[in-house]
Amino acid sequence: MSDAPPRGRIAARFAALAQEGRGGLVTFLTAGDPDPQTSAALLAGLAQAGADLIELGMPFSDPIADGPAIQRASVRALRAGMSLRRTLDMVAAFRQQDQQTPIVLMGYFNPIVRYGIADFTAAAGRAGVDGLIIVDLPPEEDAELRRHAAAAGIDVIRLATPTSDDRRLPLILEGAGGFLYYVAVAGITGTRSATDAAVADAVGRLRNHTSLPLAVGFGIRTPEQAAAVARVADAPVVGTALVERLAAGLDDQEQAGPQTAESVLDLVSQLSSAVRSARA
Amino acid sequence: MTVPVRSNSYRTGPDEEGHFGQFGGRYVPETLMPLILEVERAYAAAGRDPVFHAELKHYLTHYVGRPSPLYPADRLTAHFGGAHIYMKRDELNHTGAHKINNCLGQVLLARRMGKTRIIAETGAGQHGVATATVCALFGLPCVIYMGELDMERQRPNVFRMRLLGAEVRPVSSGSRTLKDAMNEALRDWVAHVDDTFYVIGSVAGPHPFPMMVRDFQSIIGEEVREQMVKAEGRLPDVLVACIGGGSNAMGLFYPFLDEPDVTLVGVEAAGHGIESGEHAASLAGGRPGVLHGSSTYLLQDEDGQVIEAHSISAGLDYPGIGPEHAWLHDAGRVRYVSATDQEALDAFTLCAKLEGILPALEPAHALAHVAKLAPTLSRDTLLVVNLCGRGDKDIFSVAERLGVEL
Repeated sequence: MSDAPPRGRIAARFAALAQEGRGGLVTFLTAGDPDPQTSAALLAGLAQAGADLIELGMPFSDPIADGPAIQRASVRALRAGMSLRRTLDMVAAFRQQDQQTPIVLMGYFNPIVRYGIADFTAAAGRAGVDGLIIVDLPPEEDAELRRHAAAAGIDVIRLATPTSDDRRLPLILEGAGGFLYYVAVAGITGTRSATDAAVADAVGRLRNHTSLPLAVGFGIRTPEQAAAVARVADAPVVGTALVERLAAGLDDQEQAGPQTAESVLDLVSQLSSAVRSARA
Repeated sequence: MTVPVRSNSYRTGPDEEGHFGQFGGRYVPETLMPLILEVERAYAAAGRDPVFHAELKHYLTHYVGRPSPLYPADRLTAHFGGAHIYMKRDELNHTGAHKINNCLGQVLLARRMGKTRIIAETGAGQHGVATATVCALFGLPCVIYMGELDMERQRPNVFRMRLLGAEVRPVSSGSRTLKDAMNEALRDWVAHVDDTFYVIGSVAGPHPFPMMVRDFQSIIGEEVREQMVKAEGRLPDVLVACIGGGSNAMGLFYPFLDEPDVTLVGVEAAGHGIESGEHAASLAGGRPGVLHGSSTYLLQDEDGQVIEAHSISAGLDYPGIGPEHAWLHDAGRVRYVSATDQEALDAFTLCAKLEGILPALEPAHALAHVAKLAPTLSRDTLLVVNLCGRGDKDIFSVAERLGVEL
């Protein structure tokens, strides 16, 4: 068990960001991509490079909400021997060094079912996981996970999308924990981008319904786009762009080289400085 | 485990949230939820509308050619020397399989909902061909996702779909078979929620699809009931059907679920044998999990990663099974067995020689079980096997297995 109460880290981080008057940067990488060692090194360097919250993908064989880049990240991680247990081990190792940066695991439900829902949330809580985003688990199906997650001090983060109308939003928000993740485009990861105006509109509408912090993801690739989101929402989420940067640094055999992690962290730094100065 | 059955009926599922006991449900990305709920409402409204039923019946009768015959297979009966074997000839439907029963229903529903673009996944190509056919009939653009491996195995159907005006998109991810085609179709749907309807081909996927597909396929069992009473003056004793996702089996079984004297047997694909690990038998070799929108039995490893299925039959080559089958399995109402690639091939050639019928490799698995079961039953036992598809599409795979160059 870590020193800080797990429930606190996400709320504390957003409170600190509000205090500083700036948006936060959420980064996504798949756990174990391209191999467990490189992935652990990346995880250890993200906060230093400017990530305010860390989303860690739990690799899955059939990621139906992900585009080709993140699909391939899952394949690489699984080939390198990654598993849900090793993902939790990776978080636990990270927590030895960093007690502050929130970690949110993102993925699909089946590996959790296989692990055992109660066993998984308990183990995740012990490892220092703060939140869960399960993309194929809509509010209609997440009661059991939320019950066990709550017992382990973990937030289950709900998703709102461009298709979440006023009839559906109350259902999404009732029981939403940590922050609200707005999926900016109806689609899969890494394909299209929403316009700044569309994001601003959606964020405005969501603010009328909730006081939860708002993160916005899907289609945010560049420092400029991240900065634009940081001006209206609490935090942009950047995933595919980082995963593609990582993939570009691999050799023909999809093995990491000496520069692989560094080039990903460079992009994190650029994104972070754009986000930090966005509201200046 | 909670069971949705009230009274003593097996026909009351799913519950309002789409669950059959612990199985079923709606495990889809949030983006799809409003659309799935809209499909559910539209389907309920269509069910209450006599115009919808009349339209469906019109096309099933005059376009598909229903009812399909219930044929007494006397030569097979004599060969096995046991049960009296009847074949439900759904391979005689337009497009050569049972799949079109469901495609018609779903595309008519999509039209009612104002959807202007149709997508589907296909394994053996039968569902793809049926969907492309119905889209041609109604002038709707149609995209079919198909695994690259299946495209090799089912070349005639790929060409057929293209002739019908469909775009066939090869899927190169994962095992390059049905499971991956379904992943890709779901990704397409998430990105085109406004104008697109996903015609799911089996009793799989999120609620209301397992229920809806079952309902559209139940015409198979309803006809069998009527035809058998007319032919023999009573209900059949045993029904046998193959199972990939399980739509032909669900359609045959559903009208008989509450007839306790009717034995129901589902035949999964055992590939190289269950013990080899290379098979597609989710019930025999899988565990409960969540894939493609529902909770059901899945082939998966210790970490919850979905394992690639194996079957000589592209239509059975799927690591999951419809959630209602999972529930009927646990409830003990249906007996689930399996047949290997080799057993199916043997049944394929036997059926061709004795009855002059080339069955698809999918129902050849059902026939393979009939070969084991029929000799153990008395001559007054009425056994119906669902011949849910014809084998023309499979001649290349069969030739290859028999070492014949075409």
